[in-house]
Amino acid sequence: MTVEVLYFAWLRERVGQPRETVQTDAPTPRALIAELVARSEGHAAAFADMAALRCAVDQRLTDLDAPLTGAREVAFFPPMTGG
Amino acid sequence: MTARVQADPFDMAAELRGFGAGAGAVVTFTGIVRDEGGTLAALEIEHYPGMTERALSEFGQDAAARFGLSDWRIVHRHGRIPVGDPIMMVATAARHRRAAFEGAEFLMDWLKSRAPFWKRQVARDGATAWVEARPEDEDALSRW
Repeated sequence: MTVEVLYFAWLRERVGQPRETVQTDAPTPRALIAELVARSEGHAAAFADMAALRCAVDQRLTDLDAPLTGAREVAFFPPMTGG
Repeated sequence: MTARVQADPFDMAAELRGFGAGAGAVVTFTGIVRDEGGTLAALEIEHYPGMTERALSEFGQDAAARFGLSDWRIVHRHGRIPVGDPIMMVATAARHRRAAFEGAEFLMDWLKSRAPFWKRQVARDGATAWVEARPEDEDALSRW
C-alpha cells in the first residue's frame, strides 16, 4: 500500500524532510519504522529514541502496535507541548 | 463552540463578545510567552494541520459533554510568537462556576499533552531548542 509519512519537530529535522510517500506492507507503525530506519542515517537518528516517540495514524493518536491496515497517513513526532 | 488554529494574534475582548450568552459563569485562561529570566526572544510553534483542528474540536466536545458546558472556545496560535504575546486561550461557559473552572482545566490539560503542537524556544542570542514535554503535564491527565 502507499502511505504518506509525516514528521514533526525534531524528528522532521533529523529525517531532513517533512513528509515522504512510502510503499509498504508493514502491519503496524513499529514495523514501518523498521523499514524507514534503513532509508538514511537521518531516519535512523530520528527513530533512535523510541521512548520519546508518538504516532498518529490518519490523524488519530495511536499505539505503535496498532494495525496499519488501510492507513493513508502516518505521522511520527515527539511528545506534544501545546498550551 | 469553536476551535481555531491561527498564526495571527487574537483579541480576547472580541473572542468573548457574545460568548456564553445566558450562562451563569464564564471562565477564561490565556497562555502567554514567558521571558524565562530575560533570555528568551520568542517561541516558534509547529503543529499538524488537519489533526490539530480535529483534536481541539474533540476536546471541546468532550468537555461540553462531561461538564455540561453551554459554550466553549479554544484558540491556539502557531508560528513565531514573541515574549509577552498570548499563545492560546480557552473559554468555558456553564450554569455554575465549578463546571466552568473544571471544564477550562480539563481543556488545558488535554491541550498540553494531546494536541499536536511542538514548541521551540528562540533565545535572544538566536539559539533554538525544542521544549521537552514535562512528566507532570502527562500525569495531569490521569485525574480526569
